[in-house]
Amino acid sequence: MNTLEILFYALSAFAIVSAVMVLISKNPIHSVLWLILVFFAISGHYVLLNAQFLAIVNIIVYAGAIMVLFLFVIMLMNVKKDKEPQKQHLVKFIGVIAGGSFLTLLIALVKQTSQLEGKTVLLKEGTIGLIHPLGKALFSDYVVPFEISSVLFLSAMVGAVIIGKK
Amino acid sequence: MTILSFDWAFIIEKLIMIAIIVFASLGIALYTTFGERKVAAILQDRPGPSRAGPFGLLQPLADGLKLISKEEIIPTNANKWLFILGPGLAMTASLMTCAVIPWGTAIDIFGRHVELQIADVNIGILYVFAVVSMGVYGIMIGGWASNNKFSLMSALRAASQAISYELAMGLALIALLMTTGSLSLKTIVEQQVDGKWWNIVYQPLGFLLFFIAALAECNRTPFDLPEAENELNFGYHQEYSSMKLGFYLFAEYINMIMSSAIMASMYFGGYDLPFFNEASVAPNIAALIGVGTLLIKIVLFIFLFMWIRWTIPRFRYDQLMNLGWKTMIPLALFNLLLTGAVILAKL
Repeated sequence: MNTLEILFYALSAFAIVSAVMVLISKNPIHSVLWLILVFFAISGHYVLLNAQFLAIVNIIVYAGAIMVLFLFVIMLMNVKKDKEPQKQHLVKFIGVIAGGSFLTLLIALVKQTSQLEGKTVLLKEGTIGLIHPLGKALFSDYVVPFEISSVLFLSAMVGAVIIGKK
Repeated sequence: MTILSFDWAFIIEKLIMIAIIVFASLGIALYTTFGERKVAAILQDRPGPSRAGPFGLLQPLADGLKLISKEEIIPTNANKWLFILGPGLAMTASLMTCAVIPWGTAIDIFGRHVELQIADVNIGILYVFAVVSMGVYGIMIGGWASNNKFSLMSALRAASQAISYELAMGLALIALLMTTGSLSLKTIVEQQVDGKWWNIVYQPLGFLLFFIAALAECNRTPFDLPEAENELNFGYHQEYSSMKLGFYLFAEYINMIMSSAIMASMYFGGYDLPFFNEASVAPNIAALIGVGTLLIKIVLFIFLFMWIRWTIPRFRYDQLMNLGWKTMIPLALFNLLLTGAVILAKL
């Protein structure tokens, strides 16, 4: 095992354990904190793939902004674990079956995809994740979708301001 | 020496450097608390701490000893783990910034070429941003875990203040990055060393906005609403005692040092000593002069922070939000357009 593999498995284990903890934590604040750790682990994977820009944007946007918002809402609503309504057994049962079928479907899809067969991930190579090639690609090959999505963001911002003003 | 395809000498070199920078930051922070009290005393025309040692120089050690030896109290209804995690996170986030700051040019020790920077990543300044956005967790978690309404109010204030001023900070920064064309702090400093002028000449408005946002991000007066004593008793660290309180107070001073270092590197030439030809002395001496220059710039910025704290009164909360959203962000956007127009005109 070389260093990259050790790092990969350590990060993956970290991500999976944290993700499981998000689900089984009774306290919603703890769940949010574990979720932040999941984002850090995923950012670590991006760094292994030499996608530094993606790694840091993942942290800024998800761990830094969206999760703060989650914390905000939970703190203001003051959700306590003993007040949380318990779901009925039937609902839980249906949830398990639906989630399980979706997982099976996903695994089957990934296994069957011919595009993934015999391909290995580019580790530490490839410069597309670095900031210059990424910027070039975004503003030349993908300029139209990029600009359209920025207009979408702007309209969402205006909408948020209008809702906030009411 | 390579085990596991690692260059262990490289790891050891980096570890030593991290240790030096962390302990130096802690030491400077220790004496910044002393400086704060002395500056306050001078501005208020009184002697300030003068009993412990010559000129009161041992005062910070006495303060530290006092904090450590005080009783540690965790409130009964507090969330114990998060209560302990809060100050730790605040401290970690403020120390993490130092990883991308270039402290000087490279020096040669025992035949090894050592860069005086922990990591020169090509997204340097974005990394600083990520760490800044992490900094708010320490305050939020500590404030919430205390199970005290004043702490919670203060934590929410701190978080909304940090998020609001991060926007203006980012927009002011984008204008600078448009002129430099690089996100790496090392490259930005080197451009200023080689080029004619420091970036402050090209981006005066951007620097002003960045500086105000930095004041708000460090929770310094006039934006120290999260710890407004007369409204919130003591703010988010009200329930904290002993060294946990010390960590929060220390984290604030380390934030000040790091933001001063960032501002010095981005707008004031970093380790560049003006009117001095670095090539005229040996490389090692030039590097040391560079480190000294950066430290002097940091101290000047810290003095500016303190001067403002003891001169300007605190804002009201609505004034703070109005300044952030209705003045700083439009100004930053204007600065962005202006910079873009100038760059286009020059093409």
